Amino acid sequence: MPFNSHRLKPAPPRPPPPPAPPPGGGAARPVGRALAVLWLGLVSAQAQGFAGLGLEVEGFAAPQRGHALEFPRDHGAHPDYRIEWWYLTATLSDADGQDYGVQLALFRSPYAPEEREGFASPQIWMGHIGLTSRDAHFAAERFARGGVGQAGVSTAPFEAFIDEWRMISTAAPDQDALDHLELRAGTAEFGFELTLQATGPLVLHGDQGFSVKSFDGRASYYYSQPFYQVTGQLDLPDGPVGVTGQGWLDHEWSSQPLSDDQQGWDWVSLSFEDGHRMMGFQLRGHDIFTAGTWVTPEGQATALPPGALRFTPLDHAEVAGREVPVRWRIDWEDGGVSVITEPLNPHAWMDLGISYWEGPLRFSGSHSGRGYLEMTGY
Amino acid sequence: MNRAALGALLSHWARHPFQLAMLLMGLALATALWSGVQALNAEARAAYASAEELLADGGLARLEHPSGRMPDAEFGRLRRAGWMVSAVVEGRARLGQARVTLLGIEPLSAPAGGTGPALAQADLESFLSGTGFAHPQTLAEMGDNGLDLRPSGAVPVGMVLVDIAQAQDVLDMRGQITRLTLAPDQRKGLTPLAELAPDLTLIPPGEGADLAGLTDSFHLNLTAFGLLAFAVGLFIVHSAVGLAFEQRRGLFRSLRAMGVPLRNLCALLGAEMALFGLLAGALGLVLGYLMAALLLPDVALSLRGLYGAPVPGALQFNPVWAAAGLGMTLAGMAIAGGQALWRLAHLPLLAPAQPRAWAQASARARRAQAALAVALALAALGLAQWGGGLVAGFALLAAALLACALIMPVLLAGALALAGRAARGPVAQWFWADSRQNLPRLSLALMALLLALAANIGVGTMVSSFRATFIGWLDQRLVAEVNVIPRDPAEAARIRAFVAARGEAALPVQRVDATLAGQPAQIYAMKDHATFRDNWPMLDALPDLWDRLAAGKGVLINEQLAHRDGLGPGDVLTLPQLGAMPVLGVYPDYGNPLAQAVTGLDLFAANWPDAPVRQYALRSDAPQALIAALQDELGLSSGQITDQAAAKAMSLAIFERTFLITGALNLLTLSVAALALFAALMTLSGMRLVQLAPLWALGLTPRALAGLEALRALVLAAMTMIFALPVGLMLAQLLLAVINVQAFGWRLPMQLFPADWARLAAGAWLAVALAVALPAWRLWRDGPRDLLKVFAHER
Repeated sequence: MPFNSHRLKPAPPRPPPPPAPPPGGGAARPVGRALAVLWLGLVSAQAQGFAGLGLEVEGFAAPQRGHALEFPRDHGAHPDYRIEWWYLTATLSDADGQDYGVQLALFRSPYAPEEREGFASPQIWMGHIGLTSRDAHFAAERFARGGVGQAGVSTAPFEAFIDEWRMISTAAPDQDALDHLELRAGTAEFGFELTLQATGPLVLHGDQGFSVKSFDGRASYYYSQPFYQVTGQLDLPDGPVGVTGQGWLDHEWSSQPLSDDQQGWDWVSLSFEDGHRMMGFQLRGHDIFTAGTWVTPEGQATALPPGALRFTPLDHAEVAGREVPVRWRIDWEDGGVSVITEPLNPHAWMDLGISYWEGPLRFSGSHSGRGYLEMTGY
Repeated sequence: MNRAALGALLSHWARHPFQLAMLLMGLALATALWSGVQALNAEARAAYASAEELLADGGLARLEHPSGRMPDAEFGRLRRAGWMVSAVVEGRARLGQARVTLLGIEPLSAPAGGTGPALAQADLESFLSGTGFAHPQTLAEMGDNGLDLRPSGAVPVGMVLVDIAQAQDVLDMRGQITRLTLAPDQRKGLTPLAELAPDLTLIPPGEGADLAGLTDSFHLNLTAFGLLAFAVGLFIVHSAVGLAFEQRRGLFRSLRAMGVPLRNLCALLGAEMALFGLLAGALGLVLGYLMAALLLPDVALSLRGLYGAPVPGALQFNPVWAAAGLGMTLAGMAIAGGQALWRLAHLPLLAPAQPRAWAQASARARRAQAALAVALALAALGLAQWGGGLVAGFALLAAALLACALIMPVLLAGALALAGRAARGPVAQWFWADSRQNLPRLSLALMALLLALAANIGVGTMVSSFRATFIGWLDQRLVAEVNVIPRDPAEAARIRAFVAARGEAALPVQRVDATLAGQPAQIYAMKDHATFRDNWPMLDALPDLWDRLAAGKGVLINEQLAHRDGLGPGDVLTLPQLGAMPVLGVYPDYGNPLAQAVTGLDLFAANWPDAPVRQYALRSDAPQALIAALQDELGLSSGQITDQAAAKAMSLAIFERTFLITGALNLLTLSVAALALFAALMTLSGMRLVQLAPLWALGLTPRALAGLEALRALVLAAMTMIFALPVGLMLAQLLLAVINVQAFGWRLPMQLFPADWARLAAGAWLAVALAVALPAWRLWRDGPRDLLKVFAHER
């Protein structure tokens, strides 16, 4: 998943959100809006005021090429970076063959590059969860500040949490902390409880985890665990459903925005039936910047250079008052990949304080499989 | 035709500008007093509402620790268990020049709907980094305060809204919070709070110190006063309108004779009254607004002093208020003028002045009035017997007062008849008979005077009784020579040790907030010490009270709690943590709106070990030396130390402010009543010429006639005053024994202050003398001319 602070920024002239509150949004909406504004403030201040100043941003650290990621330390939070997230997506099916998608994301964005005790902590956390079926999509959010044990990410053992939503490592001491996770989150309306077992290694994107985001060299640290086998239970308004499937965890952090002209992006994570994985994204600005990673079933990663991937929108759907391209053709000519993605539910709009499209898909063409699509800035 | 007729009707006022002024003034004063009081109430209520809205607190359940604080980790712990709670830090702090309530909120978790979180979220980053909000008035009062605050009218006066982290810093509460609020919607299937946090108390929404409820009695008092003033003002209008109709009787006749239909005439007069109503109403609104603006700072101080209610000292203008005030004026005008208009429409066109017939008709009216008075008196008795609550108390007050007012003319008529029987000589006999005959005309004005005088005596007696009781009580309660507020537990321990080493006593003041018998209440600890044994005032107590209290064998409760719950010594009260405890005694607790209980110090310490010592009461033979030592050797600041005299002065100042408004309104009401009497006498003097002319013709000089007229007014006023005394004392008794008990939970012993009555009587007599002076002087000066006209004219 590409790092881009602009993902938090709605495209400028956009109609107001539809009047109907989203499932699970409920009473927390005004807080959500306000916090979205805060996040935009954090991000746009640097985007507008500090564009061109290079890699140093207001005392926040900046990713450096050649810096080696180290685990389990780098599974945890990096308070001196301006933005960071842990994003888990899972493509699931129940016993009847019905498809579902589940996501849990924990975002961190401080207003000062440090951590302080108690309520004085400048670290602001935001949690998003989503659950998608063929004809329904639920989304909910939470906000918290660090320092008082309400939200955070710890490394021993690994646990990412906000309120009662949590992702906790149950891996053996000799394993990577992310090899085995327990996930639980929900609202009064929907929820899920999943067990994730990794069948492959971590994958570092870009140059050993240094993932470039634009032609002028802005970048993030970015790695994934794309090899989860998932079992668990979904809590739907109709009752619980047992599910199995695959999961994909991203962890990404940076302090840099993208270029001013970049308005949003389209991102996919694809799990091929033959065991390969592929991550790809395009950033939409004056120029289209694409990049990706090709991963063998054994976990060998190959970075796809800028321009190697091509995204072609095929069909749009009207979602939350916007025209969103929900069906894509994705081509990697050098690798002989040309697939067409079909969303499980075209209306997978995360109508939260910060809103975007994120939902499960199936793809076919030169290869077939399942995956997740994220689209921002529409 | 209508224009010409209207011109003719209005020309009367051009010839009687004084009458016009009186009519307008009466109506304007009535409007001013009523709408001024309404403006005060509305302003205060708006302030309560904004305080409620700040956190949208009223509708939320809360979690509190009996000690008043808890570690902020509780917040994280409950959130992680899935409970949607938000943390609040609240405390008093001196910022700049003012003491304010500092409210720290956590905007990321605060439930939606509060104006506070909305303010915070408008620019969340700067709020989180330390920019807070306060009312412009608070900002002005604080001056330089060391915080980064922006003005906002949404924050109640006397309160400062900041981020929770900053509030912890300023209040020295790092790592601690005051309470948790619970969002209305919670997930199902969470671990119950009773299991997760057994030491926290869940307080359901709407419970706790509700400002609007606490201050209701205060506002009801103001409203009652406003209504009384309005009623008295209407008497003036009634007199002035009556006079104008009486004087224009000839004009009406001429107009009708010239072909103006009765309906048009009535419509024109109605339009005239509406015009005056609008004019006087507008004037009254201006006056009322000015009066409210003038009184508001005192009202605000009273409310803040009494209840800590955040009322701003500056008045807003509200169009709804203005419209309501104007409506009230027009309605009052309609009531006051309606009778005259009805009479015009229904009495025969050529009805001559028939004073005797009038008097006979009014004898019938008097009987009806007496019957009504008796009915009202019975209603009052019924209310006294079976009524409950503040509204019933005021209804009782109104019924009793009205009954007295209505019965007064009957009694006066009786007294005049008696006096007439005893009179010797024709002039004296005529004097009494004529006084009786004219009583109906004056009775409304005399009733207004009675009400004003009775209100004055009653309220004056209540305030004076209260003051006398309160001062005595203060002397008993504030026996400690020095009071010290420790900044933290460590300093509290140092003070205790320091004072003990000097051989002096340090009596800790510790308390926890609690709910007793469903009311917001406080539980205090009391050390076993001679200070309390010898001085603490009790209303009712069991024997061996102090030994049993020290042994933890029971509690003391304040009068408010005893009254509201019907508890007395020997009864059992259930307290949080302590369970059922016998009530050992009831003590008076004036000036405190909350229920209160007192336990022995040991029992308190065993149950609430974390409750901080909020204050030490120090006993010392050499208080000044002790204060100096505390400052020099312990390094306490002068702000932490209060000596006894200062504490008493402060309590008295709050008390005086409470009744300042009452006094001001009292004086205004009395002025309005004097004006009413003046208007009535002016009316009467015009009409009485017909009756006086024969006497003049029989040889009484205008000077003697004027003297008799003045004497009659003074005699009637004196009779009214004599009657007002028992009525006023009855009012005082009702205020002390019914209204105060219902409103505040205190019953006060009534004390009599005859010197005050003498002062009031002298003042009232002076007012009456002034009121009667002008008509009498006119009669004296213009007597022959006017009296001759009676014979020259057809009347």
